[in-house]
Amino acid sequence: MATSGKLIQVKNLVKTFNGKIHALNHVSLDINQGDVVVIVGPSGSGKSTFLRSLNLLEEPTSGEVIFEGVNIAGRGVNIDHHRQKMGMVFQHFNLFPHLTILQNMTLAPMKVKKTPQKVAEEKALSLLDRVGLRDRAQAYPIQLSGGQKQRVAIVRALCMEPEVMLFDEPTSALDPEMVGEVLEVMKSLAREGMTMVVVTHEMGFAREVATRVIFMDTGRIVEENPPEEFFTNPQSDRLKDFLAKVL
Amino acid sequence: MSFEFGKMVKFAFYFKQGVIYTILLSACTVAIGFVLALVVALIRINKPGRSVLSRVVNKVLHVITGVYIDVIRGTPMLVQLYIVYYILFGDGGLTAPKFMLFGFISGEQFIPGIIALSLNSGAYVAEIVRGGIQGIDYGQTEACRSLGMTKLQNMRYIVLPQAIKNILPAIANEFVTIIKESSICSVVGMQELMFNAKRVQGASFLPSEPLLLAAILYLCMTLPTSKIIAYFERRMRRGDQR
Repeated sequence: MATSGKLIQVKNLVKTFNGKIHALNHVSLDINQGDVVVIVGPSGSGKSTFLRSLNLLEEPTSGEVIFEGVNIAGRGVNIDHHRQKMGMVFQHFNLFPHLTILQNMTLAPMKVKKTPQKVAEEKALSLLDRVGLRDRAQAYPIQLSGGQKQRVAIVRALCMEPEVMLFDEPTSALDPEMVGEVLEVMKSLAREGMTMVVVTHEMGFAREVATRVIFMDTGRIVEENPPEEFFTNPQSDRLKDFLAKVL
Repeated sequence: MSFEFGKMVKFAFYFKQGVIYTILLSACTVAIGFVLALVVALIRINKPGRSVLSRVVNKVLHVITGVYIDVIRGTPMLVQLYIVYYILFGDGGLTAPKFMLFGFISGEQFIPGIIALSLNSGAYVAEIVRGGIQGIDYGQTEACRSLGMTKLQNMRYIVLPQAIKNILPAIANEFVTIIKESSICSVVGMQELMFNAKRVQGASFLPSEPLLLAAILYLCMTLPTSKIIAYFERRMRRGDQR
C-alpha cells in the first residue's frame, strides 16, 4: 500500500507527439485515497491524454506515475498487473459486442484473477443489481441503450475490484436524458469512498461530487482547487474565460 | 452432341478416389494455411516493445513475412507447385514421408502438395486476417487491456473472435478457391479428382463425359462448403441483433 494515503503520484509527466507537440507539459499531481478529482478544460488541453497516461494506455514520453509505490511508467514493469487495480470507463463504452453483459463482466476476473466462474457471476449479478440491470445479464450490448451500456461499463470495471476508477468523458456520447442515470451511478460510487479521476464537461457533477477540480489548458494544470473555490473564485483569466463559456 | 454418362458407372471407383483425395487435400490445406495465415498476420500487426531486442526481432520477422507475401502473390501457383515439388523435395533434399493412406494417397506426393497449397493460401488469407484484425475498433483493445488482460488474452478473447466473424465470408471464398485450385496438383501426378478424370478419359475413350462429371463433382464440394460457412456466419451474428 502507498504511504500517507497517496494512491497515485504523478511527477513531471510529459507527452509529446512527433517530438514537438506537447500534449502534456510537465504535469504533476497527487491523488489521495478517496479523492474525487474532476478534470475540466477545453478540448485539446491534454486532459484525456493525462487520464490515459495514468494506466499507461498512453505511454508518457517522460515522467513518473507512481501507483501504490511503484513507478508504473518505468521500464520492466508488468503493466497488466497494475491495470487490474485501475478501472477505466470510456466515452464510447467499449463493451465487447460478441459477449453477453454477464460475459463482459466476468471475462477479466476469470482470466486475470482466475476467479471461479460461479463466484465471478455472483459478483457480476450483484453489481448489475445495484445499477438496476440484473434482468439484462443475458442480453448483448447492442440490445442496450447508451445509458445502460455505460452503466454496464462501470460495473464491468468494478468487477475487478479496482483501487481507483478513471472516467474518460463518460457522458459525452450519451443522449441528454441518459446522462443523469450514469452520473447517479458515479455519485453513489463517490459516496462509498471510491477514488475517482473524472474527465468531464459536467460542471454540475464537478461542483457536487468533486473533492478537487482541476483546470487544464495547453498540456498544463492551470488551476486546482476545491469545487466551491474553483467555481466561485477562479484565479486565472483562462479559467474565468472558460467558465464564462460553459456555465 | 450426345453424352453417354452410363459408361461412367464402371469408372465410379476413380471418381470416388478423386473426390476423397481432393477433399483431404483441401481440408489439410485450409487448416494449415489458416494457422500459417494467423501467425503471419499477428507478426505483421505486432507492435514491438521498448527493448532493442524486441525491436530487432520484430523488424526481422516483419521483413520475412513481407517478402513471403509478396513472392507468393506475385508468382503463379503452378510455378510455386513445381518449385516445392521438384526443387524443394527434389534437388533441395527434403524427403517426404513414405506412407500410403487408403491405399491410393502417397505421402511422397501428398505432403509436397499440401505444403505448396498451404504456402499459397496462407499468404492470401494472412492479408484477409490482418485486415479483419485491424478493422476491429481499437477501443475494444483499450477496454480489454484496461481490465488487466494481456496482449495475448486480448487477441484470444476479444479481437480474434470479432475479426474472424467479420472475415468469414472472405475466408469461405478462399476455402472454395482451394478446393478448385487443388486441381492444379494433377500436373505433378497427384491422384485427385482432375487427375482421375483425365485417367478415365484415356481408359474410356470418351473426352467429354469425365470432364463434365468432374465439374459436377467439384460443384458438389464447393456449394455445400459456402452454405455451411454461411450458416455459421448467421449463428455468430447473434450479438448484432436486437
